[in-house]
Parts: sequence; C-alpha cells; structure tokens
Amino acid sequence: MTASVFLPRVRTLQSDSTQESSILQPKQAHRRRFRVGLVARVAGAIAMSAVVLFPLYWMLVVAFSSRSELLGGTLRLWPRALTLENFERVLAGFPIATWFGNSVAISATVAVLTVLVNLLGGYALSQLRFRGSELVFLIALTTLMIPVQVIMVPLFRLVTNLGLYGSYWAVILPTAASAFGLFLARQFILSIPRDLIEAARVDGASHLRVFTAIVLPLSKPLIAVLFFMALLQSWNDFAWPLIALKENDLFTLPIGLLYLQGQFGSDFGATMAFALINVVPMIVLFLIFQRYFVQGFTRSGIK
Amino acid sequence: MTTGMAVRSAESDLLRDPVRGGSQHRKGRRERVREGVAGWLFLTPNLVLLGLFVIVPLVWAVFISFQETDGFGAGLFVGTANYQRLVSDPLFWRSAVNTLLFTAIVTPLSMAIGLGAAVLFNSVLPARGVFRSILILPMAISGVATALIGVLVFDENNGILDNILRFVGLPAVNWQSGGFAAFASIVLVTLWWRVGFNMLIYLAGLQGIGPQLYEAAKLDGAGIWGRFRNVTVPLLGPSSFFLLILNVIYSFQVFDIVYVMTGGGPQNATSVLVTYAYDTGFVTRDQGYAAAIGVVLLLVTFVFTAVQWRTNRNRDLVE
Repeated sequence: MTASVFLPRVRTLQSDSTQESSILQPKQAHRRRFRVGLVARVAGAIAMSAVVLFPLYWMLVVAFSSRSELLGGTLRLWPRALTLENFERVLAGFPIATWFGNSVAISATVAVLTVLVNLLGGYALSQLRFRGSELVFLIALTTLMIPVQVIMVPLFRLVTNLGLYGSYWAVILPTAASAFGLFLARQFILSIPRDLIEAARVDGASHLRVFTAIVLPLSKPLIAVLFFMALLQSWNDFAWPLIALKENDLFTLPIGLLYLQGQFGSDFGATMAFALINVVPMIVLFLIFQRYFVQGFTRSGIK
Repeated sequence: MTTGMAVRSAESDLLRDPVRGGSQHRKGRRERVREGVAGWLFLTPNLVLLGLFVIVPLVWAVFISFQETDGFGAGLFVGTANYQRLVSDPLFWRSAVNTLLFTAIVTPLSMAIGLGAAVLFNSVLPARGVFRSILILPMAISGVATALIGVLVFDENNGILDNILRFVGLPAVNWQSGGFAAFASIVLVTLWWRVGFNMLIYLAGLQGIGPQLYEAAKLDGAGIWGRFRNVTVPLLGPSSFFLLILNVIYSFQVFDIVYVMTGGGPQNATSVLVTYAYDTGFVTRDQGYAAAIGVVLLLVTFVFTAVQWRTNRNRDLVE
C-alpha cells in the first residue's frame, strides 16, 4: 500500500542508467554488474527485515510455547509444539476483557474528540483571517515540545480537582489536548481553494454552513488520518495513563501489561501472550489502513 | 512530536498572506468582524482543551517548582531551593548526561539507518512495498510491548540474543547487570522502534528529487557514492532538519522503553531526566523538586530547538 504512494519515479532512473551506460561499456558486463547490485540490495533488504521481524516472531513463539519448555530452556527457534496455555493463564488471572474494553472506550473517544475539535480549529486557522490566529498556531506548535512528565504533577492535581480522577475522562481529556491534530487539520484544509469558501459566503452561507457543506465533505481523508493517528497514539499511550489510572478495573492494556509483568515477573509466556493481545489489533489496523497512518506520520511527524 | 514541516509551510503561508490580504480589503468591516468571531468560536474547543490541560498545568508546574510539597495539602514556598538542590544532585547530573548521551547516539544513528533504508527501498527491488511495510511495522507497537519484547530478547539469563551469541561462540553480554550493556540495550530497542519513522520521512523526501539531477551528476562523472553525497544528501536537507528536531525532542522525552526495560537501573546507569522526574514526583513524592527537574528539561528542549531553528534559517539566508 505504501508502495503506491512512493512508486512512480525511480523506475525511470534505473532504465535511464541502462540506456546510458550501454553506450559506454559492453552490455553484458553492465548487466552482470546490475544483477550483482540487485542481489546485494535484496540481501540488504532481507537482512533489515529480519532484524525487524525476528523479535516479533520470537514474541509469537514464546507466547505459544508451554511453560515447561520455556523454563526448561529447551525452546527452539522453530518450536515443536504450540499451546494456548499462556493465554488461558493470563485470561484466568487478569480482567483482560475489562482492560481491553477500557482501551477501546478510551482510544475511540480520544479519536472522535480529536477529529471533532481539530476539524473545527483547523478550519479556523487555515481559512478564516483574524487577528491572533498566527499567534495561537505558534503557541499550539510550541506545546508539542512539552513532555507530560513536565506537567504531570499539576495535571494530576487539576484532574483530581475537576472530579475526573477515577473515570475514563482523567485519561481522555488530557490525551485529546494535543496540538498535533490541529496542524494536520490546518495543513490539510489549507489545500481547499479559498474561492470556494468565499463564493459560498457571497451567496449568504454562514461560516457554520460553509464548514458543514463544503469543508466537511472535502475532508474525508483528513478525518481518516486524524482518527487513526489519535486511535493508535491513545491505544499505545503509557506515561499519562500510568499516573491517571490507579484503579485496577480502569486500566488500559499497556498499564495492565505492566501490572501483569510486575505480578508474574519473568513468566515470559504470560507476558508475551498479553503483549500480543495489546499489539495485534493495532498491527491489523495499521496494515489495513496503512495509507492513512503513513500520511499522518509524514505530514505531522507524530509518534 | 513537533513538526518542522508544518512550521515551514506556516512560513510560506505568511509569505502568501499579502496576496490573500488583497481580498480582505474588498471585504466589509462587518464581514471581517464576523469572520473573527467565527474564527474564535471554531477554535474554542481546542483552546479550552489546550489551555486547561497544557497551558494551565505548565504555569502551575513553574509555580510548584518553587515549593516543597508532597502533593497532599498546601505546599511550602522555598524560593529557588529546588533549583539549587539540582546543581549539587549527582543523580540529576547522571540523568542529564544519560539523556544527552542517549540523544547524541540515537539521533544520528536512527537518521543514518533510516536514510540507508530509504535509499535501499527507493531503488528497484522486488516486493519493495512489503519490505517498506515491514520496516514501519514497529511504529504500530506500544512502547510498553516494545520494551517487554526487549526484556525478552535481551534477558541475560536465558534470553535468545545471549543464547545466539553463545551458539556462535561469542561471549554473552550482561544486558541487565552491566551499566554500559543496559544502556546499549535501550539504544538498540529504541532504534528498532524508531528507524521506520526516519525511513518514512526520508522516503517522502526522496520523492522530491528529480531523476534529471542524477543524470546530470552521472554525466559529470559522479559514481554511486558521489551521487549519494552530492545529490541525495544535500537535497534531503529539509527532511534531515525535520528529523533532527523531532529525534532530539523525542530522545529528550524517552520514557516508556527506559521505565519498563530497566527502570533507570542498574545503579542509575540508564536513568534519564523524565524517568527521574517521574520517580521523584510519584514514587518519592517530592513534587516541588520533580517540577523543577521538568522545568529544566523543558528549558533545555526550547533552547535546543530555537538554536536549531535559528542556525538553519541563517544557513538558508546565506545560501
């Protein structure tokens, strides 16, 4: 899928080089060199992919291997038998379904909020001209440099004072308060021709009407990008939920994962089984909607 | 997290403004007022969220950094005592040095490997799209899961990496008990996690380099390396600048991996400023001091980004 985004150009580069050097040197020698180069590149690509994939493969192997095999040190690179006992142990010992549900509820709400709030704000910053809009944008940009650890102490007190502590909102609202979506939205909506909007205004449409009738329908790809980026970020978020979630039954999956590791210590089978439950939904979404994630990352640089 | 790209295009918008402003002169005063009101209204939800959950806590954090408080009851004002304490706190300096070291290692490495991968996966290659997808896959994985996979792979008692090292006749490495090895394991896991992102940005940058430039360089007698050095690298300047700022900001904030993999140990060998601030604020509950650590970290981040920004601009002006 990514390929389609990047594909077109380089083909021509290679074919050009073939043409050009055929004048300078015997065709066969060149073809051999080209083939050697290709083999080297394929080898490099396979090596890099192996380094990325091996830890994930190993996670799978450990998650599906029996405890005796893990403890006995008889585990092989290619396991002889696979078992679900790690999953059974984890599911029996921890409220995984609840934690999974918490993760879904929190990240979906964050994603919806992010889309709503930033479409509105992005429209204002990109298409409406008013005093102070550049300053707002600049300040919003600057807030992206603030790590949560800098503001965690007062943020915790604030959330407690607002009566949010002990609910999903303690995580949702501070997570949704991120300027990354504002930029993505602003950059995207800038590409909508201003004439279109002015024409509607001249015809007497209100700014709200312009937003719902013109901006929204043209922003579908943006909505997808914002939604998936926010979903991924919130699903994987760790530092703030670690502080804001103290009650066991409000845990999200990453916090639950850490909690399980604290309880089970070096029971790697259980840890990896749970890690898989945390990781697989996002990997699947990531692969299916790769285009939107890639757009989000390249346009905003958020991770 | 911040983006140079967005800022850069913000700049170009500013340049475009006079043209746009032209239409504004034709507009009536009432229309302009109405547009302003609409603008602020549309921005309100965002301003409320950012104001309440970022700006207010930020100002509050500065305030708390002048207090001594455990988070229960009112704090005691102690002036600049927290900041004075920082100067003579060895653990603070250790964490600061570790943070800088981590940044100085991870930033160039992830950019260099990312660039290599981008050039490789931009060349003619079978199943190129599949390879690209594999490289960016770690971006979908949570920091906690990534760190736990790191714990699994780097375990010094029975981890797969040490087993492989022993199998091929190399000495096993004490990834947990050795300070240097623990630091290295964090760097390696971070690279695994982050290289895909760097590759993605460079791939996007490579799309902007026209093939005729390579042809011209080739006619001038440049080899593969010459073309890489004199065409690819300079023309990827904007991508590199963007990545430099992002990687530095990210590295200053590295938390998930360190917290889960080593917890800052052994003997603080991997303690960084954010983990130290977290421990101080929510484990030992010395919250005034934690706020002071955070404020210093933020100042360093601001200064660094501003310096990068300024020097880059100057370079553009010179050229």
